[in-house]
Amino acid sequence: MGQLQPGNFLLRAFYAGTTCLLILGCILASLLSLSSFAQAEVQAQSQAQVVRPQSQAQPSMQPAAAPMAAPPTVEKPAASDTPSDEGGSITVKWMEPANAKELGLKYQILRSDSPDGEYLPIGEAGAGEQEYVDTGLTDGQPYYYKVRSTLGTAFADSGPTVAAVAKGNWFRFYRLNALVLLAVFSSAVLYYISRARKAKPIYIRKIAGLDAVDEAVGRATEMGKKMLYIPGIMSVDELQTIASLAILGHVAKLSATYNADLEVPNKDPLTFAAARETVKEAYLEAGRPDLFREEMVNYVTYDQFAYTASVSGKMVRERPATNFLIGSFYAESLLLAETGQATGAIQISGTAEVAQLPFFVVACDYTLIGEELYAASAYLSREPVLLGSIKGQDITKFLLMVALGLGVVFTTIGFEFISVAFKMQ
Amino acid sequence: MKRQLPLLLTFLAGTIPIFAFFVPERHVTLVSTTLDSWLIIVAGFALLLGVVNVVQMNANKIARRGSGWPYAVVLLAGLGIMGFFGFSGAFNMFGGIATRSDGTSTPFDWLYKFGFLPLQGTMFSLLAFFIASASYRAFRARNVEATILLVAALIVMLGRIPFGEMMSRGFLPWLTEQIIMPGPNMAAQRGIMIGAALGAASMALRIILGIERSYLGIGKGE
Repeated sequence: MGQLQPGNFLLRAFYAGTTCLLILGCILASLLSLSSFAQAEVQAQSQAQVVRPQSQAQPSMQPAAAPMAAPPTVEKPAASDTPSDEGGSITVKWMEPANAKELGLKYQILRSDSPDGEYLPIGEAGAGEQEYVDTGLTDGQPYYYKVRSTLGTAFADSGPTVAAVAKGNWFRFYRLNALVLLAVFSSAVLYYISRARKAKPIYIRKIAGLDAVDEAVGRATEMGKKMLYIPGIMSVDELQTIASLAILGHVAKLSATYNADLEVPNKDPLTFAAARETVKEAYLEAGRPDLFREEMVNYVTYDQFAYTASVSGKMVRERPATNFLIGSFYAESLLLAETGQATGAIQISGTAEVAQLPFFVVACDYTLIGEELYAASAYLSREPVLLGSIKGQDITKFLLMVALGLGVVFTTIGFEFISVAFKMQ
Repeated sequence: MKRQLPLLLTFLAGTIPIFAFFVPERHVTLVSTTLDSWLIIVAGFALLLGVVNVVQMNANKIARRGSGWPYAVVLLAGLGIMGFFGFSGAFNMFGGIATRSDGTSTPFDWLYKFGFLPLQGTMFSLLAFFIASASYRAFRARNVEATILLVAALIVMLGRIPFGEMMSRGFLPWLTEQIIMPGPNMAAQRGIMIGAALGAASMALRIILGIERSYLGIGKGE
């Protein structure tokens, strides 16, 4: 029996976790639907008892100096715990009088700790608004609310709501669709990973930009010139940077094998530390730790344009044979790519930033577009397990395309349920 | 242990924010936001590491008169001067860091406004020239696809300037804003975005489960 790898263990744990999460999500959804239905029923019954008719609005509270007519009283105000939040919040809702907008009615929300206590204003709302979220409350303590309609200096208070208590919730019900999508996606990816483990061959289309990596390293070796690897300007909490580091590992290994000169200038300090480890390890794996030099991976500056100036200057002065621009880029993308293009270097770029892709396509020889960047580590390593995850990703994409097509058809004929189901909050 | 601990930490750091995305309970949120704070602290120390690297690298270059060593002198001088006035300003010497109460600039503020910002602006303004040269190369009608690109680009460029509007009596702006940009352009962008989002999610899953390890420098896959 083989030793249990951490990846294996985590994979199994994730399988179990996803299944439990899905079951829990379904139970929770049913419970929440039932409880919110029951709560709405109780609330409606209580309101029927506490809401006063308009004739009972307090005319004595109107200032004598204001000759204006009394505004209509807000009907059926209701207060309840704000759903799907971490607690400390109550949502007050009310029914707006029919001619509120024409009158230019405004609302004041009043709060008290007891039904007969003093009600103090805590917020305002304009005509057309029928909801106010009161935050910063103590969980478990009952609060009472009134909604005051105001018209100039005249005003009329609604009856108090029943006691509302703030509490923390355990699930963001409005994100159930995201959970389902996550479960479907994870299942597809994990299924194809387990298939790949059983050594079933997985086809993956050719990616010209990644096939050109070997050629680009070879060119630099033959010319005896430097390779510049720019891992974007973002930190390692950005997935594009992590994808870039995976490609950097491959490039560094080739560089060690062919004894080519590699330089990795960095803008982010965390990326710098991670890139140095990646390159060092790659040289070790290639069996040439002696060729690794600390200055290969260096830190430049945290400023975007100062970094661009430094790297552009390096391109112009040292004329590297190959430039890799792979990671997350912003305004500096075209500055770097055009400078590299002008120096005659072979350029391989890759990013998932849609706004920067046209610049790279124009100025570089090869460009990894969006998902190709994330598929790079699997493609380059040819590890069946990693390739399996790409297959799972493609299946999810196919399902999304089907949902997209159905969504277009159903929305066109007037059924909105698919677009509603995919609405993310 | 050397391999398992980073994988376990990655697993925890990856799953906690996902858990917090679905669970609003305040303890879960607290753990998630604390992790974010840790990232800032770690990045602060890493920045120090970066500064040390910059000083070491450039000092070595000057010492051995490496290629482009005068640039290293300028860089270290800039780092030293800005660093000196920044630190001393933080201890309220020379009137602090920002503008003084009488409206005059502190040395740090003066260097920032009249040294750093113009240099930054200069770099950014180069973009206009690079866009022109890149457009010239991209919009050459070499084949059918490039010709379509050229025609679309001409319509969009003319559709976004008053001259185009005047010339076409509003037709080109309409074609740009109502047809090209929200139609084929948006469809292509969304296609790339959906693919990239799924790719990112797939990669995140591989990282969280410890299948993808190349970023840790400890070999690829299982």
